[in-house]
Amino acid sequence: MAAFVWLTIMTALRILGRNRLRAGLTMLGIVIGVGAVIAMVSIGEGAKRAVQAQIATMGTNVIIIFPGVTSASGVRGSQGSAVTLTVSDALELRKRIPLLTDTGWSRRDVMQIVYGNKNWNGPINGISPSYLTIRDWSFTSGGPFTQTDLDSAARVALLGQTIVENLFEPGEEPVGGVIRIKSVPFRVIGVLAPKGQSSQGSDQDDVILIPFSTAERKVFGTSFIGSVGAMFGSTDQVEDLPQAAEQIREVLRARHRLQTEQNDDFTIRTQVDIGKVQEGTSETLTMMLFAIASVSLLVGGIGIMNILLVSVTERTREIGVRMAVGAKRHHIMMQFLIEAMTLSLVGGVLGIALGIAGANLTTVIAGWPTIISGDVIVIAFFFSLVVGLFFGLYPANKAARLNPIEALRYE
Amino acid sequence: MSSLIECEDVWKVYRVGDVEVQALRGLSLTIERGEFVAIMGSSGSGKSTLMNMLGCLDQPTKGCYRLNGIEVGGLRPDELAGIRNQQIGFVFQSFNLIPRTSALENAQLPLFYRGLSLKDQRAQAAAALGRVGLHGREDHYPTQLSGGQQQRVAIARALVTSPSLLLADEPTGNLDSQSSREIMGILEALNRDEGITIILVTHEVDVAAYTAREIVIQDGQIRSDRWTKARPPSRQVEVEI
Repeated sequence: MAAFVWLTIMTALRILGRNRLRAGLTMLGIVIGVGAVIAMVSIGEGAKRAVQAQIATMGTNVIIIFPGVTSASGVRGSQGSAVTLTVSDALELRKRIPLLTDTGWSRRDVMQIVYGNKNWNGPINGISPSYLTIRDWSFTSGGPFTQTDLDSAARVALLGQTIVENLFEPGEEPVGGVIRIKSVPFRVIGVLAPKGQSSQGSDQDDVILIPFSTAERKVFGTSFIGSVGAMFGSTDQVEDLPQAAEQIREVLRARHRLQTEQNDDFTIRTQVDIGKVQEGTSETLTMMLFAIASVSLLVGGIGIMNILLVSVTERTREIGVRMAVGAKRHHIMMQFLIEAMTLSLVGGVLGIALGIAGANLTTVIAGWPTIISGDVIVIAFFFSLVVGLFFGLYPANKAARLNPIEALRYE
Repeated sequence: MSSLIECEDVWKVYRVGDVEVQALRGLSLTIERGEFVAIMGSSGSGKSTLMNMLGCLDQPTKGCYRLNGIEVGGLRPDELAGIRNQQIGFVFQSFNLIPRTSALENAQLPLFYRGLSLKDQRAQAAAALGRVGLHGREDHYPTQLSGGQQQRVAIARALVTSPSLLLADEPTGNLDSQSSREIMGILEALNRDEGITIILVTHEVDVAAYTAREIVIQDGQIRSDRWTKARPPSRQVEVEI
């Protein structure tokens, strides 16, 4: 049996080698289908990984709570426009919810920043002590605020990379320099490590961090002392995020004395929620890829079936001779099935090569990150085998059911 | 021991549309091992149908055909294929070699379906090619061989399984007279020296002259069955007993 299969494979390869153009054109459907799928899956995987990296820049296991919208008069403001969250809310959450390892808060406003003869309009973010820890933010030079800075509302600032690029000369050391925010001088004590784009597409490095106490008392001129622009919390485990979010909701509703029929006056987002939105997008992409793959494999399979039917007709006499010398039905069947699978497998392998080349080319030319996963290659290989088997069955069966007398007489 | 071929009142009836064609009409025939028989007849006489039947490519509609004591009538297609592989070698008028496949591989073909190891296939096929005088031409393709040589490859293919019956359907029909004589010489030698039973279909009298027994078929029945040379010894002995 092994000798039979081996010889049949060799025969199939030789027959295909004889009609190279025909075999090539027949395989083209499979080649293009498999190639397109591999290339697109690689690009998709690359994009997914990039998005995951972006989400990770939020920090580790982060929950963000925004104040709700102002809707008392029926006119709805933008998110965060209401002053419903306060520093004491954040402290209370920390006290009441053991799942939260830390809570923090911040308030931001866009203001003009001046250094030497340069100026820049950037967001100023007044932050609580724990903000840097929750957001997992490190430094390229200098260091964080000290407790004294926070207690004394010191005029010290941490600069994001974008700010540094726009206010300082290349190579100039910002730490130790003095910038002015709304004409208040601030000493730069640290430069933040770059985080890049957020998952919403904004530049996270275009930011100046100052102590919350300083922002509240010396820069923003807040009318409600203690009101914050956003609160943050973090948990030890990713799995705890949904439960923590639910508990936060309960505590805040109680503190804000909301009746059952009233809507929340705040919005809670966890890192998992944000990830889910992205996953939804990539699932849609995957479904589309499946559709494209199915159609191209179907077309490729029909091509193989077509050429095999032609081959069965052309080789009717040969089939007759084989039957006369003792080939049984399964022998003839196997011969054509192996030919079909050889076509589809060679097509599949060429397709895989094409796909990998395409993905690499995309990285080189367009600069998109691509990730070629072994899984998709194995699946593509397996599918091309199945396509050959499935679409080879009908022609193979047709050949095996020929009457040897008529086959021998066929002109 | 039974005869090699025993046909008793064999009928073969086809339906072509509404018309019923009786290709064989109650034909009875016995052929012993070691015979060299010519079957003659005009086209449409039923001789091709008879050959297909004897070669287990076809089965009788009615009646009984036993090859080596095996009743062929009720067998399934795969069982027929097995019998063809084990017992019968075919030689066709148009050679029917597989194109673009070497002489050796053509001769290997029946062994391929026996599931022999590749090494054994090659050795036996090379030996068979040697027996028909094609030593050294194992790697030639059919297009590189003359008609007579192609037919010799076909004979090697028929011989390679050591069949009990060799069926040759107009083996010289596509050959010039020189090649025809060579092919008939080979067949005659195989029958004489190795005792292989050969049944030959032909309409040429000089080809039939090589054989020892001439059977003429007409309208699906045997019109004449005569010995042109002495019967093989084994049969004579049997008759005497």
